[in-house]
Amino acid sequence: MKTFNIGGVHPHDNKQYSAHKPIEQVPIPEKVVIPLVQHIGAPAKPVVAKGDRVLGGQLIAEAGGFVSANIHSPVSGTVTKVDSIVDAWGMRVPAIYIDVDGDRWLPEIDRTETVNPICKLESQQIIEKIKQAGIVGLGGACFPTHVKLMPPPGKKAEVLIINGVECEPYLTCDHQLMLEHSEEIIIGIQLLMKALGVSKAIIGIERNKPDAIAKMQQHATHTLGVTVEPLELKYPQGGEKQLIDACIGKQVPSGGLPIDVGAVVDNVATVYAVYQAVQKNQPLISRVVTVTGKQAARPGNYLVRFGTPLSVLINFAGGVPEHTGKIIGGGPMMGRAMCNIDMPCNKRVSGVLMIDEDEALKHEPLNCIRCGKCMKACPMGLEPYLLAKQAEHGLYDDLEKRHVMDCIDCGCCVFTCPSYRPLLDYIRLGKAEVGARIRARQQKK
Amino acid sequence: MNFLIIALIALGVTGLLASVLLYFVAQKFKVEEDPRIDLVQDVLPGANCGGCGFAGCRALAEACCKASSLDGLLCPVGGQEVMTKVGDILGMTPQAADPMVAVVRCNGTCTARAKQNRYDGTLSCKVINSLYAGETACPFGCLGCGDCVEACQFGAIHINPETGLPEVDDEKCTSCGACVKTCPRHIIELRKKGPKNRRVFVSCVNKDKGAIARKACLNACIGCGKCEKECQFGAITVENQVAYIDFTKCRLCRKCVAACPTGAIHELNFPPKPAPKPATTEAEAKAKVEDKAETKVEAKAEAKVEGNTKAEPVAKEVKQ
Repeated sequence: MKTFNIGGVHPHDNKQYSAHKPIEQVPIPEKVVIPLVQHIGAPAKPVVAKGDRVLGGQLIAEAGGFVSANIHSPVSGTVTKVDSIVDAWGMRVPAIYIDVDGDRWLPEIDRTETVNPICKLESQQIIEKIKQAGIVGLGGACFPTHVKLMPPPGKKAEVLIINGVECEPYLTCDHQLMLEHSEEIIIGIQLLMKALGVSKAIIGIERNKPDAIAKMQQHATHTLGVTVEPLELKYPQGGEKQLIDACIGKQVPSGGLPIDVGAVVDNVATVYAVYQAVQKNQPLISRVVTVTGKQAARPGNYLVRFGTPLSVLINFAGGVPEHTGKIIGGGPMMGRAMCNIDMPCNKRVSGVLMIDEDEALKHEPLNCIRCGKCMKACPMGLEPYLLAKQAEHGLYDDLEKRHVMDCIDCGCCVFTCPSYRPLLDYIRLGKAEVGARIRARQQKK
Repeated sequence: MNFLIIALIALGVTGLLASVLLYFVAQKFKVEEDPRIDLVQDVLPGANCGGCGFAGCRALAEACCKASSLDGLLCPVGGQEVMTKVGDILGMTPQAADPMVAVVRCNGTCTARAKQNRYDGTLSCKVINSLYAGETACPFGCLGCGDCVEACQFGAIHINPETGLPEVDDEKCTSCGACVKTCPRHIIELRKKGPKNRRVFVSCVNKDKGAIARKACLNACIGCGKCEKECQFGAITVENQVAYIDFTKCRLCRKCVAACPTGAIHELNFPPKPAPKPATTEAEAKAKVEDKAETKVEAKAEAKVEGNTKAEPVAKEVKQ
């Protein structure tokens, strides 16, 4: 079985808590708050004002730049204010507050479950529809999908890679989506292939999801050009560059994009959103979120409308168990502990993980013993121990020379470090500073 | 024996030849350097802190020797004294500069700013700042991990265990600006030291709306603008819901301190205010505005203070 070549670690996947739990719909709360920063890039600009009545699926904020995404109302109701809200990490972000009065939708939106496989649209029309629907990468980075579908001039996409890996421990939302909506995902893949003008698509799925592999294979056999690639278990296989390496054996050059090797990578959840946007006219207003943890009362996969406070979602899933040490947004490897669970669910949230007090305990960092484990684990072939030290001491020129910008924040180095050193904390600081310097330089030019 | 003599002669001749060669080479490739650079460098403190904006003391010395005047060149550590010496060597007069000092603009003490969560990660303000808002609800305030303490080469900053906030030792601070650069929340500012180290400043940088700021911290500036109205010298501006006192315009009259409803404006090193006659401290602070209209406004201000019953912040400050 294939996998990527450099580095990687094997954390316990802990998916048994929420795996195979059917997707449950979370009831719509009485009030929703829609943050305007749910993607990478410029914040969206609100197009509604206080007192406006909105229907489900109606545009409420438009993209604030080329790399940005539209935001739609997930409910019908009245806009009460356009203000700000404290996000999960205590920072204020602009947001639209809506009082819910029901679940009425714009007339063109098809809310039925019937599968619609026929699409007569041209490539450009599909991309335009995806753009209008405000679809972003639901794998975690939240990069606007329509930007990926428009390769810069001179570059041509050759293969579409679909990320069904879900290498992050605990999370099962993509797995369950593949089981329940495999047919729609295959149609979504065909739409994306048409949009990109490619004839080949590979669905990468790790072998700990045999039922998903079988289900996707069953539908893919009837579809020209679509193959399912079962992959060996290894974290971070779901990383864009790692997945390309695993599926087609090509390495994205340092500082490059997947399109440099002719690949475009999209997550299965994104593909499902594309299907809904193009075939059902339904913009991105909800997603599947895994709520899990060793002590969680009702771990499972929940379909949540954006704007629903995470606390409502957690309560629906049985509440916060006793002796919870930390509540993490996302998975245990790349997620961040949250300090405010009243934050509304949005495009960025893929999981809510509640871990015990003793699991959450942090070890006191010890001295680096130069064992080189972090270098062996780094999937980008970097030297994390050195980068962390250089970032700590502000040696930004050296950091840039040593390709700190290639770091994908996967956390393998910290996971493997026997001295419990906070390598990634410092590497992130270095990345932020080096990134700012590179941008400043580009602007000067 | 013979070998010894031959070896000695051979070595001696080689040494002689090499020295002659080196002499000519040294003459030929001599680097012309201003001899004054060394003199200037000797006068400078040699801390190599970079507070002057150059890579180190030698770099500042070179810049001084190259420059046609000493305007804009200042060693913050040595201050006016050292710059006068440098001026003497170079035959120039240094620009008169006010002595500066680092000022911590956050008063979110443990009692005023309740903790809402517990952080157990890396103890570094920079790291916390990159992760989230911090243990309190104020996303602008001091994180209290002491990055500034570590940055200070002169031991002038320490964290007060009672308040959890950094404090600057006026005597030790050389205003090199290392703490200003290192603070990820931009709380520390270099301000004029002031006569007898007396200073008035807004001890808050919270840009949130008044109600939100106040909810997060009892001592926050709520941007009400009372101080702006009170100030007769136009030294105070309220921008982004936070007041700022321009130290070049401030005349240290301290009316804003009394006007502030939350006690966000701090006065430092003033003698305790004699309650009935505020005019005397005014005179001490060298604010030479003494007409009738002035005293009237002042009387009004006093009345306001009493009306608000907010004389508490002043008392707190004196205690400190």
